[in-house]
Amino acid sequence: MVAINIDNRPCEAPEGSTIYEAAQLIGITIPTLCHMEGLSPSGACRICVVEVEGMPSLTPACSFPVREGMNIQTHSARVLLARKTIVELLLANHPDDCLYCIRNNNCMLQNLAADLGVRRRRYTGARNEYKEDVSSPSVIRDPEKCILCGKCVRVCEEVQDVSAIDFIDRGSQSHIGTAFDEGLNLSSCINCGQCIVVCPTGALHEHDSLKSVIDAINDPDITVVAQHAPSVSVTIGEEFGLPAGADCDGMMVAALRRLGFDRVFDTSFTADLTIMEEGSELVERIKNGGKLPMLTSCSPGWIKFAEQRYPDFLDNISSCKSPQQMMGAIIKSFFAERENIDPAKIFSVSIMPCTAKKFEAGRHEMTRDGYPDVDVVLTTRELARLIRMRGLDMLALQPEGADTPFGERTTAGKIFGASGGVMEAALRSAYFLLTGSELEDLNVTAVRGLEGCKEAHVKIGDLEVGVAVASGLKNAAALLDQIRAGRDDLHFIEIMTCPGGCIAGGGQPLSTNKQAVTQRMKALYALDASAETRTSHKNEAVQRLYEEYLGSPLSDKSHHLLHTHYTQREVLL
Amino acid sequence: MTTVAETGTAPVLAEIFARHPGAGRDALIPILQDIQDTMGYLSLETIKEVGAHLNLPVSKIYGVATFYNQFRFQALGKYHVQVCRGTACHVKGSQGVLDDIRQILKLEPGVTTADGLFSLEVVACIGACGLAPVIKINDEFHADMTTAKLDRVFKALKKEAKSND
Repeated sequence: MVAINIDNRPCEAPEGSTIYEAAQLIGITIPTLCHMEGLSPSGACRICVVEVEGMPSLTPACSFPVREGMNIQTHSARVLLARKTIVELLLANHPDDCLYCIRNNNCMLQNLAADLGVRRRRYTGARNEYKEDVSSPSVIRDPEKCILCGKCVRVCEEVQDVSAIDFIDRGSQSHIGTAFDEGLNLSSCINCGQCIVVCPTGALHEHDSLKSVIDAINDPDITVVAQHAPSVSVTIGEEFGLPAGADCDGMMVAALRRLGFDRVFDTSFTADLTIMEEGSELVERIKNGGKLPMLTSCSPGWIKFAEQRYPDFLDNISSCKSPQQMMGAIIKSFFAERENIDPAKIFSVSIMPCTAKKFEAGRHEMTRDGYPDVDVVLTTRELARLIRMRGLDMLALQPEGADTPFGERTTAGKIFGASGGVMEAALRSAYFLLTGSELEDLNVTAVRGLEGCKEAHVKIGDLEVGVAVASGLKNAAALLDQIRAGRDDLHFIEIMTCPGGCIAGGGQPLSTNKQAVTQRMKALYALDASAETRTSHKNEAVQRLYEEYLGSPLSDKSHHLLHTHYTQREVLL
Repeated sequence: MTTVAETGTAPVLAEIFARHPGAGRDALIPILQDIQDTMGYLSLETIKEVGAHLNLPVSKIYGVATFYNQFRFQALGKYHVQVCRGTACHVKGSQGVLDDIRQILKLEPGVTTADGLFSLEVVACIGACGLAPVIKINDEFHADMTTAKLDRVFKALKKEAKSND
């Protein structure tokens, strides 16, 4: 520890920590637009400058380490004036169209300008004109609103190992773009939306799909069906002021009904169904010498990453569609037949923590008989906007349950929302499928938590099964490289695109940070700990679906509806 | 040295890569320079190959290459127009010369016209300050440029190109 003075108060900070971190420890928040927890400091925005005694100029707190005896002023008059000037300069070539901006009232630049008392335009710079990039079904880029903080570039490179975007050109012409300034749709972008979550302004946002949903709801001839992903219920509360991790499942279902959705289903049901199919597939691969390790297929960002970067692993990927797509498929087949509704008259909406799900829903593999399995994907943020637009006080609604037949879920399906959840659910059921008895302790704690890569070896009968769980594609890539190099002790690997799993997805509330993700994860495991039915194979509604319609896991009908295969994809890598 | 027209890009690239044995990311700029020297510009295809060779994302290579004025991403035109924007030329009004050329040719710096006739490049100092404001078209210098002179020069070149067709 080193002894320092911050704002005339003596305090201690761990050696090697930055001024920014030291101030945070004693409850002083130094504003910043480019700092990212856990990633290398960049010092690009200069908002975090502080005064350090003995230093001739102001010092960036985010990248400057503390030294014994340092005297630091974090909010002196000189510092505040510098910060204000920096914001004014950032605004000099900003479009200033806050009223029309998707980030209005939720924008770090706007907040900072307000906090620092920016009340008039002191500088007017030459404005660069850029076209909005609307080529991606998931992520929209508006470079005119970009302040070049570089967070999107760093998350894309350092967390996801994708590097679809970088700084292009120089000086006043600098902008963030893809190789050859092509559209994101031609780039290696995997649509994960992590760039959106870290963007301090409205330069990046999801491809908004609210209008088509509202139109469908207003069309009396259309049956509008919603499904909501496992993680959404523990994150949407943050959009309405609740602390991270508050479970709003019942209130959200009630809100969806009030919004006019004719049926509300729970994607956790098809997560259970996924476990039955994927678990059976794993058992079959192990028994019959199929390709191992088997890799999960739930996360569409990871699937695109594999198609372009690891095509040699495509046969390792489970043939199961993701729970979203399974739900879409059975809504327009089993549900449509049972309710006697023409599938053409069903509008299937899924509420997802994810922007890549928008891309997935539009994939040609996800269309049968001319109908897309899922018509439109809304992110958690979009659903919150829809609820606000309709003036619903979600938190005041009486909780309601999801509809039959796809509303019953076990908590094995629910924990899909956290990194490690699919693995834990799969192990619970694979154990049963292989041995006929239940795991003694259903808590597979070795695969829980926020670490980027978790591994375990689990004894199932005579067989020792090696499993690994990776989240954040940089971690996944490292693991796949080990396997390419000959590692062969793993049977089953769960890969989630976003670090921590869907609870940290690119469609989640912008309040997403490490603390929030930890609380959301806790909430999912708390639901699981207190539940009666915690294994997918005990989901009676899933069993009924097999009896009445699908036959058995991996049956022909299952294969037709619930399975697919992916092929190599050419992109600008 | 082989030419791209004779062999396609693959052997040319292989030859360039062979000149930089054990290349890491620090060899990126020398490799890009070699490619431009040989092929005239950096194409999407060659940048992809460089990326695969150096294990660098194409976005990163494009970012580095666009940082420097020296790199081009289109083949040069039949007439390569270089506009000097050095100090002496600036004082003598080269910004106006550049603006005029942009209007006359409907062309931005770094770009080649769709018919492949003209490409425009801005250079820092061409070393002919006595002729300011000066432009260079292929190997020929044109001194003391004015709007009227520019009009004449480009009209003549367009006529020449047409009569060669």
